Amino acid sequence: MRVWKFGDDIDTDAIIPGRYLTIYDPKELASHAFEGTRDTFAKEVQPGDVIVAGRNFGCGSSREHAPLAIKGSGVEYVAAKSFARIFFRNAVNTGVLPVICKETDAIPDGAEIMVHPEEGYLECNGRRYTLEPIPAFLQKIVDAGGLVAYAKSL
Amino acid sequence: MGQTITEKIFSRHCGKECSAGDVVMAPIDGAMIHDITGPLAIDVFREMGGKRVFDPKKVIMLFDHQIPADSIRAAEIHQNLRAFAKEQGIHNYDMKEGVCHQVVPEKGRVKPGDIVVGSDSHTCAYGAVGAFGTGIGSTDMAFVLKFGELYFTVPETIQVRAYGKFNRRVGSKDLVLALAGQIGADGATYKTLEFVGDTFASMPMAGRMTVSNMAIEMGGKAGIVPPDTVTWEYLKGRVDATPFELESDEDAVYTETRSIDVTDLGPKVAVPHNVDHVVDVAEVAGKAVDQVFIGSCTNGRYEDFAEAAEILGNETFSKDVRVIMVPASRDEYLKILRAGLLERFVEAGALVEAPCCGPCMGGMFGLLAPGEVSLSTSNRNFRGRQGSTEAEVYLSSPATAAASAMTGVITDPREV
Repeated sequence: MRVWKFGDDIDTDAIIPGRYLTIYDPKELASHAFEGTRDTFAKEVQPGDVIVAGRNFGCGSSREHAPLAIKGSGVEYVAAKSFARIFFRNAVNTGVLPVICKETDAIPDGAEIMVHPEEGYLECNGRRYTLEPIPAFLQKIVDAGGLVAYAKSL
Repeated sequence: MGQTITEKIFSRHCGKECSAGDVVMAPIDGAMIHDITGPLAIDVFREMGGKRVFDPKKVIMLFDHQIPADSIRAAEIHQNLRAFAKEQGIHNYDMKEGVCHQVVPEKGRVKPGDIVVGSDSHTCAYGAVGAFGTGIGSTDMAFVLKFGELYFTVPETIQVRAYGKFNRRVGSKDLVLALAGQIGADGATYKTLEFVGDTFASMPMAGRMTVSNMAIEMGGKAGIVPPDTVTWEYLKGRVDATPFELESDEDAVYTETRSIDVTDLGPKVAVPHNVDHVVDVAEVAGKAVDQVFIGSCTNGRYEDFAEAAEILGNETFSKDVRVIMVPASRDEYLKILRAGLLERFVEAGALVEAPCCGPCMGGMFGLLAPGEVSLSTSNRNFRGRQGSTEAEVYLSSPATAAASAMTGVITDPREV
């Protein structure tokens, strides 16, 4: 469970380049995740790893291919100081949990990490970092297991 | 307490008084899907148990990102979408009309006060006609297709007041780039940007579309210009509606108000690799460019090409620059064709392509090699956006792009 550390304003073109948008399979998308900007990610990422970033993660396009590529790589959580609006919702809807942590600057690349969203913290190098609570209406969707499951329950 | 335009729109839709911060389920007046994000929305719609879309008349389908099909995969996607449109009775503009954000207002599929969603981030463009337009993902779109409504947090509003008259060869794109530079890439996240003041009041629809389109580049959920005579004049013959007033109350609450005097505004350029890295053209003047792209939903209208043509005059484009021009829609293409501009551009050395997203999203054609530099009138200059991650994309107005295409280096359009 290692940290993949990224900076501010990581856009959806960086997460999955435009030329792969005819692909919809999460695993296949994952093989192109961060292609050209961080080629080691797709090669070395392991299920359970966590993406940690700065401000405005996922800005840009509404392409749901971006959270799907992350999901396909086995990453379940993205921790960032803030998220772009559309990405945040797409991530929740597709089952990648975006968690807001204002102190991500202190978290180094490659460190061991565990995210405990229900308890409201993540743990890295023996230190606990507080997570901000997820908005109540989104929590309902998360609890239902994503928007598809929620829609089925209506 | 007074209401903002956004609060009024949500209140009218929800049948109760809505204030910023409220979480509401709002009915949707229009839902736009295209060839990139549509297929996933349809898959999820079926997964949700969807059989019939909520209202086929309110669903807008078109293809613009990969047309004509540039791969067998794209062709199959188009084939599946056509079948879905037929099965559901949805009017499909297919690949025949142009880029979604031009086509939706052009065909009268949005009007002031509407809530329209699109599975494309630049859906905020419909704010140009006084609507609450916002981009959503494919799963949210699937929910809309099934239920005709969606959860929203009613956004807070940042009011941007622009006043004064633009200098020669300076315009709405320079203004919105300047705003992106000031507000930042996430300065308006979750918020509506409301554009008021005499500069917007006198701005033609083409310019308003450019500004509203780029609200998302500041994180904006919507970018609304209050509807006025310009709006209703544009919509005449396109929508079946009697003009009405829609503006924020005088005592409406804003999280922030900004004002900008455009009298002193010069041409602006967004430098790699962020839209909010905005500088005066003088700071990058002389930078050699390999490709110039004039087009996209941001700047692919007749007015944009007319400005480029005025600057070009009887000259030719630089032999060292690949000039790609792509009108935003068939209607705009026809205007350019009938005005004789198309002939002039081709004579001058440009490649004029049929309406589509073109090089903007770097998936179809006009991609950049490592080390190449592009100057583009589109809306994003992210690393890798137009091809190689080692290429550079600069963003500018059509005037700056045209002047630079002639000289081969980034050029202040007032100097040619």
